[in-house]
Amino acid sequence: MKLSKKEVEHVALLARLALSEEEKERFRAQLSSVLEYADIINRLDTEKVAPTYHVLPIQNVERPDKEHETLPLEETLQNAPQRDGNYFRVPRII
Amino acid sequence: MEIYDLTAHELAEYIQKGELSAEEVTRSVFSRIHEVEEDVRAYVTLTEEKAYAQARYVDEQRRAGKKLGPLAGIPVGIKDNMCTKGIRTTCSSRILENFVPPYNATVVEKLEAEGAVMTGKLNMDEFAMGSSTENSAFFPTRNPWDLNCVPGGSSGGPAAAVAAGEAIYTLGSDTGGSIRQPASLCGIVGMKPTYGLVSRYGLVAFASSLDQIGPFTKDVRDCALVLNLIAGHDPMDSTSAPNPVPDYTSFLTGDIKGVKIGVPREFFGKGLDSRVADVVRNAIDKLADLGAIVEECSFPYAEYALPVYYIIAPAEASSNLARYDGVCYGYRAVPEKGEKYDIIEMYMKTRSEGFGAEVKRRIMLGTYALSSGYYDAYYLKALKVRTLIKDDFARLFEKYDVLVSPTSPTPAFRFGEKANDPLTMYLSDIYTIPVNLAGIPALSVPCGFVDGLPVGLHLMGPAFGEGTILKVAYAYEQNTSYHRARPPLQVEKRPKPTVRLQEGGNHRG
Repeated sequence: MKLSKKEVEHVALLARLALSEEEKERFRAQLSSVLEYADIINRLDTEKVAPTYHVLPIQNVERPDKEHETLPLEETLQNAPQRDGNYFRVPRII
Repeated sequence: MEIYDLTAHELAEYIQKGELSAEEVTRSVFSRIHEVEEDVRAYVTLTEEKAYAQARYVDEQRRAGKKLGPLAGIPVGIKDNMCTKGIRTTCSSRILENFVPPYNATVVEKLEAEGAVMTGKLNMDEFAMGSSTENSAFFPTRNPWDLNCVPGGSSGGPAAAVAAGEAIYTLGSDTGGSIRQPASLCGIVGMKPTYGLVSRYGLVAFASSLDQIGPFTKDVRDCALVLNLIAGHDPMDSTSAPNPVPDYTSFLTGDIKGVKIGVPREFFGKGLDSRVADVVRNAIDKLADLGAIVEECSFPYAEYALPVYYIIAPAEASSNLARYDGVCYGYRAVPEKGEKYDIIEMYMKTRSEGFGAEVKRRIMLGTYALSSGYYDAYYLKALKVRTLIKDDFARLFEKYDVLVSPTSPTPAFRFGEKANDPLTMYLSDIYTIPVNLAGIPALSVPCGFVDGLPVGLHLMGPAFGEGTILKVAYAYEQNTSYHRARPPLQVEKRPKPTVRLQEGGNHRG
């Protein structure tokens, strides 16, 4: 599987990564070689095989619907890169 | 022999009897840290003051006649991807360089409740992505057995710290071999428990269906004791298993007569260093001498594990790491002088400046595998092949109690040796990765040396079969002496490293 530069740029945008020209070319080559290697799994017939998303036989784990203490506001905000009163401040969205 | 050379169970006995105080043990470990850390560089953050306070508290408790926990007063280091309240938790990444968690990971809570003494936070490959600790955004950690070699990864700091006497035991995390491979390369015991046995609450997520926390220790008894402390159901982790937890030390009988051991021939094929193969074969002969029934077997899907892993793990990582957006915590890039950015530009600049090369590579790979048009061909296909691998193990465990292989195909390698080719580096985990895909437990125990560098024997068991693995590992260890070897790190005698290392090595390659 050989990736094109355009595909690399598309994936970078989806991943919210700004890549330099040099990074684009390096990732294009490296990802192509990893994907080429990974292609051996397509030799296997898996038509009747179910996927394993995770290994434990537990599903839909719920906690009891009871109130409990949450993190205090100050601690919740203590790592904010930018804060405005009791809000996380971000650049303009719309 | 120095105090820091002893095992946790030896020290715990001295402390319980009052022959050593927790403070003396802590002092010995910190003086060792100050002696060798300049060369080993296992720690990102030291918590010396907190450690002494915890040690003194344990000593007071003992003097007051209170019953102490089994590992009370023993110095432990924590991999820097487990949250510690009020103590920086960086994941060895620029993006979390100044992150101070407002809460403790469940494992940290459990250790503190038992009187553990925390020495500090240990270096790792950034976000646990790597096999050499060269991907730390801060500095690489060196292997105490040869300072020119890597300690393995991603838990290189936790492994090197135990091997060098800079902690009595440590906690690491294992997504594809990140506990077992560095344990093997540093000559100590490392275990990845069954998926769900140990709570992951407060562990910074890499690949959520594969990650698991586990111990690094100097011997198998310590491993069982630490597992006793950290295992068990946690309502804060919805993937935590509700199974009862046995006393793992009860399996350490030394008797393995009649235990059925399978040796998958696919784990001894191309790519395995022949000297490592010889050492591991000798270890397997030893198991047979001790009365185990050893048989060669086949694991037909073995060769597919690595490609499956390098689709699933990056796919999960790309999703997990989407949270680093510069909004609620972590690094946020500032706009160029005189410019303004909108939110999308802020995300992109933050992530591009905050993540290192390997993390970006895996996010790209995972995003690609999950993207429209490739999801079925890569991600879904990989999940199906994962089922085949899981079934392979299930079939083998109908016949065998334990499977054995080398932990790593080579002993510790030199800095830079594999850093420029991601695929070569990924092959370091070829024997450990299948275990994570199937969610089963496995352990690496020291089984010899190649040119003065340690080699590990890899023991794999069925889900929740930790007891059997520990039993076999213990019998092997008690009949050999490799676990008593300590690296030649004496300050005067120690050969100075010849390789010079750069800071922040992960922004290349």
